[in-house]
Amino acid sequence: MSKTLNLTLKVWRQDGPDDAGHFEEYTTSVADDASFLEMLDYVNEALIADDKDPIAFDHDCREGICGSCGLMIDGQAHGPQRGTATCQLHMRKFADGDHITIEPFRAGGFPIIKDLAVNRAAFDRIIEAGGYISVDTGAAPEANLTPVPKDVADAAMDAAACIGCGACVAACPNSAANLFTSAKMQHLNLLPQGQAERWRRSEAMVETMEQFFGSCTNHGECQEACPKEISIDFIAMMNRDYLKSKFANRRRSGQRKSG
Amino acid sequence: MAITLDAKIPAGPLADKWTNHKFDMKLVAPHNRRRFEIVVVGTGLAGAAAAATLGELGYKVKVFTFHDSPRRAHSIAAQGGINAAKNYPNDGDSVQRLFYDTIKGGDFRSREANVHRLAEVSLNIIDQCVAQGVPFAREYGGRLDNRSFGGAQVSRTFYARGQTGQQLLLGAYQALAAQIHAGTVTLYNRMDVQEIVVGDDGHACGVIARDLISGETIRENGHAVVLATGGYGNVYYLSTNAKASNVTAAWRAHRKGAAFANPCYTQIHPTCIPPSDEFQSKLTLMSESLRNDGRIWVPLNIDDCGKPAGDIPEAARDYYLERKYPAFGNLVPRDIASRNAKTMVDSGHGVGPLRNGVYLDFAESIDRLGEDVVRERYGNLFDMYERITGENPYQVPMRIYPASHYTMGGLWVDYDLQSTVPGLFVTGEANFSDHGANRLGASALMQGLADGYFVLPSTIAGYLANHLGEPVVPTTDPVFDRAQADMDDRVSRIMSVKGTHSVDHYHRELGKIVWDHCGMARNKAGLEKALSEIPALREQYWKDVKVLGSAATYNQSLEKALRVADFMEQAELLARDALHREESCGGHFREEHQTPEGEALRDDEHFSYVAAWEYGGPDIAKDTVLHKEPLVFETVTPSQRSYK
Repeated sequence: MSKTLNLTLKVWRQDGPDDAGHFEEYTTSVADDASFLEMLDYVNEALIADDKDPIAFDHDCREGICGSCGLMIDGQAHGPQRGTATCQLHMRKFADGDHITIEPFRAGGFPIIKDLAVNRAAFDRIIEAGGYISVDTGAAPEANLTPVPKDVADAAMDAAACIGCGACVAACPNSAANLFTSAKMQHLNLLPQGQAERWRRSEAMVETMEQFFGSCTNHGECQEACPKEISIDFIAMMNRDYLKSKFANRRRSGQRKSG
Repeated sequence: MAITLDAKIPAGPLADKWTNHKFDMKLVAPHNRRRFEIVVVGTGLAGAAAAATLGELGYKVKVFTFHDSPRRAHSIAAQGGINAAKNYPNDGDSVQRLFYDTIKGGDFRSREANVHRLAEVSLNIIDQCVAQGVPFAREYGGRLDNRSFGGAQVSRTFYARGQTGQQLLLGAYQALAAQIHAGTVTLYNRMDVQEIVVGDDGHACGVIARDLISGETIRENGHAVVLATGGYGNVYYLSTNAKASNVTAAWRAHRKGAAFANPCYTQIHPTCIPPSDEFQSKLTLMSESLRNDGRIWVPLNIDDCGKPAGDIPEAARDYYLERKYPAFGNLVPRDIASRNAKTMVDSGHGVGPLRNGVYLDFAESIDRLGEDVVRERYGNLFDMYERITGENPYQVPMRIYPASHYTMGGLWVDYDLQSTVPGLFVTGEANFSDHGANRLGASALMQGLADGYFVLPSTIAGYLANHLGEPVVPTTDPVFDRAQADMDDRVSRIMSVKGTHSVDHYHRELGKIVWDHCGMARNKAGLEKALSEIPALREQYWKDVKVLGSAATYNQSLEKALRVADFMEQAELLARDALHREESCGGHFREEHQTPEGEALRDDEHFSYVAAWEYGGPDIAKDTVLHKEPLVFETVTPSQRSYK
């Protein structure tokens, strides 16, 4: 049966991107089979009852797949449980009497909207730069025409499991987005279908990433924080592809300059 | 305004209808497409696929999502897979069989022509997704793997681990991102569409949206509007839908003249994790693929229900689905599995701390296949279960119970996916068209992508071609002013209530009424009770709901309050429809109408029609007008579904 936990929360409150922001302290009692976000729901219900502004935070599916939620919990992106998004973290991972510090994902590339909600639109810009395979609807050949070795498909799936939550950026001392970008890129670069645009994709995604985020210095914090446990091997693969793209994307001999 | 329902089913043999229709429809030539603007609302499978495809074709597309990114739409949470009649395993599948299975699974309450088209198009979807790089599971030879799913007797389900919805949505999102980059599609994120604008000529011409960050109003116009806004499962409060999934855009369209069809057809998914306390915020689905290898049982003796599962000997267990349905066993369709779980729990055989679940046991599969094989097939689901419940399903059986999951009902559309408001098209779960009274597993992804990639982009051209050269209605037109005034009025009314109870409090109360009386089993007395309780609750809501802060800021309470206000109205229509349908079919089970064995008893003589409701005024139970679209079966003969 469930236990009740008495908790003290230190929560980051910030009215908008230009507000300085500050911590506020709340106490709450919650059943240990509640999820972390349900715990915040209770706190918000109490705040509303008290005529106080509830804490804003992003969330949606609460099944660990949409990537909307993301909190720094005691300094760890998505909290203490490995391979778990905030919404899937349950209070039984905490003890009665715990003090918990809750902050937004902090990074220059993720401006704060309000309280714990941040703007991660930079991720969309990276995908728009080249994180796709161009195939107009209807132009696809028969699906089984191109065999994809099982291990290649499995590796692509490992990369494609990324939910775009931004924990990798929040955990990185440099606020680098290399784990996100490399996962998105290598999902496509690994597959035979992704080869035609491989070098263009690699160059465009990396250079768009660099407009928003810091540089990777191989701390490896991203892989530890990732709720889908995506490997930093993909970063090495991305670096290799980016370097190659700098040669591959040069004009071919005899090719006319295009506009 | 009186509406007439014309389904516009093309003439000719069933298998040729779609092909002939594509030839018969007018086209918009490539150089003319950029002269048309199209507003798409929603970026799930149906919306993202439609917006991307329309952009590729050369139309000017404006796409709205209330999420921060299109990729977060709730299609992403679908786990199990997507059906297609490829027949790669050579086990006897065909377009004809997928068609038949779907129409039978829907309990003969859907249109033959729509369902056949869905089965035809399923082949193209897989090709398209593979070309986009969707990492479907593969055999060692590199070919696509298939599995049997949700009661199908052939293996026609394509899957990407337990994350098929995510991978398909990422494919559609990436296609959309390419079009955004190319400039054919403009993205409006974190925008909640609050009104559909209908021009003086009665045609849909735009939307009014609220910027969720700034509270500002956005007006956008187009030659046509496409709603791909998903279902209304959150009317139950506790559901497997995402927290923000809502009926608002569809309901506002209904109030502007779009008929709402079969709202009582809701699907209660059998394999969810039972709630653990009263304050639970949502329910989590465990893919029904688990039923392929898990065995469902409850203790035979009520006295055993409190004991650990391992202490209950084989002879004292009731594998009730295997007992009652020997042919399909644990793989019976969702409505049947759900109703049987309810029967077991209601009769006192429930298990778990709150006695609100049944067991889904993998012990035998682990013995037969080994833990490694089970882990490979379901590892991520087992991990998810353990995170939520704190129990290890490799060692103790899972506990499951049904939860609201999908809604087959939705806005009425004709064969072209056009609603009763000309120029307003509806795709995916938001429409009612293809699943009848019950949807089969792995068919939602199929329908969303069929509508988005292949059906709508063809049929919308047939509409637009008649409007070549016409300008869009400017956003300064009085029709936009009036629509915005409707929204502003609602916002200011809700902000000025300053009552005593939170939005969530009222949503939970609404959910209890709808779950108790319009859930897995319904009866006349209960529905009448719901029809008196819902308007009373709605009235109280508008007098007592408490929304703090201002409407001109990021205000998540206001966001929810506007959505719940629409659920308060839509719930009443759901109950009204359920009361009028004096038969049992698929997800709609009326206790008064069952066979001696307790199975659903259809009444084809009186109810073989689509119930399309026309909005008539604020007293939904009285003012709403029922229109009937008869269902005509030319190739199949409706029979009682039997899975024994």
